[in-house]
Amino acid sequence: MSQSLRTPLLFAFITLLIIGTGFVQGPNAALLILNMGLISAIMALGVNLQWGFAGLFNVGVMGFVALGGLAAVLISMPPTTEAWAAGGVRVLLGLVLGAATIAGAIKFNARTTGRLRLWGTMGIVIVGFLIYRAVFDPGVALIEAVNPAGTGYLGGLNMPVIFAWPVGGLFAAGAAWVIGKTALGLRSDYLAIATLGIAEIIIAVLKNEDWLSRGVKNVIGIPRPLPFEIDLQNDPNFVQRASELGLDPVMASTLYVKLGYAVLFAIVLLIILWLAQKALNSPWGRMMRAIRDNETAAEAMGKDVTARHLQIFILGSAVCGVAGAMMTTLDGQLTLGTYQPLRFTFLIWVMVIVGGSGNNLGAVLGGFLIWWLWVQVEPMGIWVIDLVTSGMADGSALKAHLQGSAAHMRLLTMGVIMLLVLRFSPRGLIPEN
Amino acid sequence: MDFLNALVALTNFVLIPATAYGAQLAIGALGVTLIYGILRFSNFAHGDTMAFGTMATILVTWGMQNMGISLGPLPTALLALPFGIAATAGLLLLTDRTVYRFYRAQKAAPVILVIVSMGVMFVFNGIVRFIIGVGDQNFSDGTRFIIKARDFKEWTGLREGLAIKTTQGLTVITAIIVVAFLFWFLNKTRTGKSMRAFSDNEDLALLSGINPERVVMVTWLLVAALATIAGTLYGLDKSFKPFTYFQLLLPIFASAIVGGIGSPLGAIAGGFVIAFTEVAITYPLKKVLGYLMPESLEPNGLVQLLSTDYKFAVSFVILIIVLLIKPTGLFKGQSV
Repeated sequence: MSQSLRTPLLFAFITLLIIGTGFVQGPNAALLILNMGLISAIMALGVNLQWGFAGLFNVGVMGFVALGGLAAVLISMPPTTEAWAAGGVRVLLGLVLGAATIAGAIKFNARTTGRLRLWGTMGIVIVGFLIYRAVFDPGVALIEAVNPAGTGYLGGLNMPVIFAWPVGGLFAAGAAWVIGKTALGLRSDYLAIATLGIAEIIIAVLKNEDWLSRGVKNVIGIPRPLPFEIDLQNDPNFVQRASELGLDPVMASTLYVKLGYAVLFAIVLLIILWLAQKALNSPWGRMMRAIRDNETAAEAMGKDVTARHLQIFILGSAVCGVAGAMMTTLDGQLTLGTYQPLRFTFLIWVMVIVGGSGNNLGAVLGGFLIWWLWVQVEPMGIWVIDLVTSGMADGSALKAHLQGSAAHMRLLTMGVIMLLVLRFSPRGLIPEN
Repeated sequence: MDFLNALVALTNFVLIPATAYGAQLAIGALGVTLIYGILRFSNFAHGDTMAFGTMATILVTWGMQNMGISLGPLPTALLALPFGIAATAGLLLLTDRTVYRFYRAQKAAPVILVIVSMGVMFVFNGIVRFIIGVGDQNFSDGTRFIIKARDFKEWTGLREGLAIKTTQGLTVITAIIVVAFLFWFLNKTRTGKSMRAFSDNEDLALLSGINPERVVMVTWLLVAALATIAGTLYGLDKSFKPFTYFQLLLPIFASAIVGGIGSPLGAIAGGFVIAFTEVAITYPLKKVLGYLMPESLEPNGLVQLLSTDYKFAVSFVILIIVLLIKPTGLFKGQSV
């Protein structure tokens, strides 16, 4: 079957799956899967940019998604004026001092040699660190003391939350620049470990710095771009239109909000997909793939491979950051405890590999398909376990244990799928052309 | 200036835990480094291999405890260890046969093997959670302390107590035995030498008539043993929870890389470097400084260089600094 026939068929297949879910489990479930599927598709697209164009194995996606979520908080939440007055200036001053110390140490290290270099750099770092802590810590304590149960952090800029989405991309791009400058010279599996570690560091910093993101206390009530269901249910016009369509107000309001998100996310996905396809078929895209296929030859021709890799790394991470901001908007809260590597990074890699590495449409398809599977494996697994244990006596320990473990079938299934695809169809469902 | 009390506090809260943790990381890093050196890929599934090995040991330990078998003052898990190693070895050989062999025959790029090992990690994680669940499991028994804090205080008359747990002492002794055996095996036996030859230069080793399949099999057996021992010691010392072992993967990789990946001596050194730095940087120095400094200069705050939440972050920062400054690590490891 030729690829031009396969691609629309596969997309039709996943559309049928989602519509089928709507009939079996209700329209709300189908729309939930659709929305998270859209976000996952965007993340898979970002990862595919890095893997498909440049062969970069970035396992630190979670960090960039978390930074996108942070952007949603910092743009749309109202500022805590008391906290700003109490410690805002000190904290900013401390951060500037810290950045100056690092920059100064790097500059000093580059310009001196020998023994002076080692002791001088260490001296700058230690003295700078002590000054930074002396300025920073009291400011943080003051900020966190302002109504710790309700706020205890600096708050945001109180702007419409839609702006947070591109800003999330910017945050992620900034972090990617720093990470790329340090880690992109490393070989592929070292890069994987380094990016995984940096993602862990980013999450650890966000969890710990309560003055910035409320840490594990979570930020709730993040503003949304669509009306609240309650407001819709109380609006007589809306209720009338809903009854004309034969729906009760509650159902109509939830469907409206979910469909609204789906439309917004789909617009973002289409924009990014269009840009990615344009880039793929441009001279720049061809150059990137040529570098990926034969790095030595590219370097011999004078291409600055590391700089090109840095470009792609930043672009792919920015896309992940946008998706992260969108996800936090959809959730309406920033819960840092949920950002676990198993959930995000590896699942997205499964999406890219199953969908088709190197192919943008493949990444999008993989995003939808694997997300649908991830959600549906749990009820399917419970059904299978119920079938298996139906013959067993009630109350037996084995039966109870099996039924309790049904939830863990997800990981097993994802792993088996990934291994099967890598073995028998390594180029994925929609291979690179 | 209470020097002795400060020293005892430092030993009790920093030196002893860091040594035990360092030994556990060292044995874990040895497994990772062996796979990298001989099989030439970074095995992301190592943390969950440790979890599987520990789980197998725990199940046999429970069986033994039910049957009334015990080892007196030492934990029963030591008796169950060979069974755990056997189970893990079986699993790893099966995985190699079904998954990794295909890519080895194809001479696939290392990054593909890393992605495959990620898939294997998912599967192992699922198996462990499926069999034993996600909760905390405590399986240590026998005497808890070699030296109790109270006994130490009575014996020396100091204000600070020093406690050495049986598991901590066990960890260090086991680590020494394991490392000694591994070095003897790699250096003195024929199989060990052929493994080192295979690691240094694959083509020349094959020309000398070394059987690559045998080398691979022995490697997996050694890795199974190392992973199970490291996981069991860690589980005895702290407690067994499947998620923790995935988190342990990261400091273990950091140890292997800092020491020089591919070099067994480097893995051990790296393990201790990472462990000591993690514990020392996040330890609140208030108590020790309180003993050392005169009254007027006593610190007010905790004097913690970095908060405890940053424990894992510390090993990464060290890893990244080493990767930037000296990528081959402390003991000049390999690069694939």
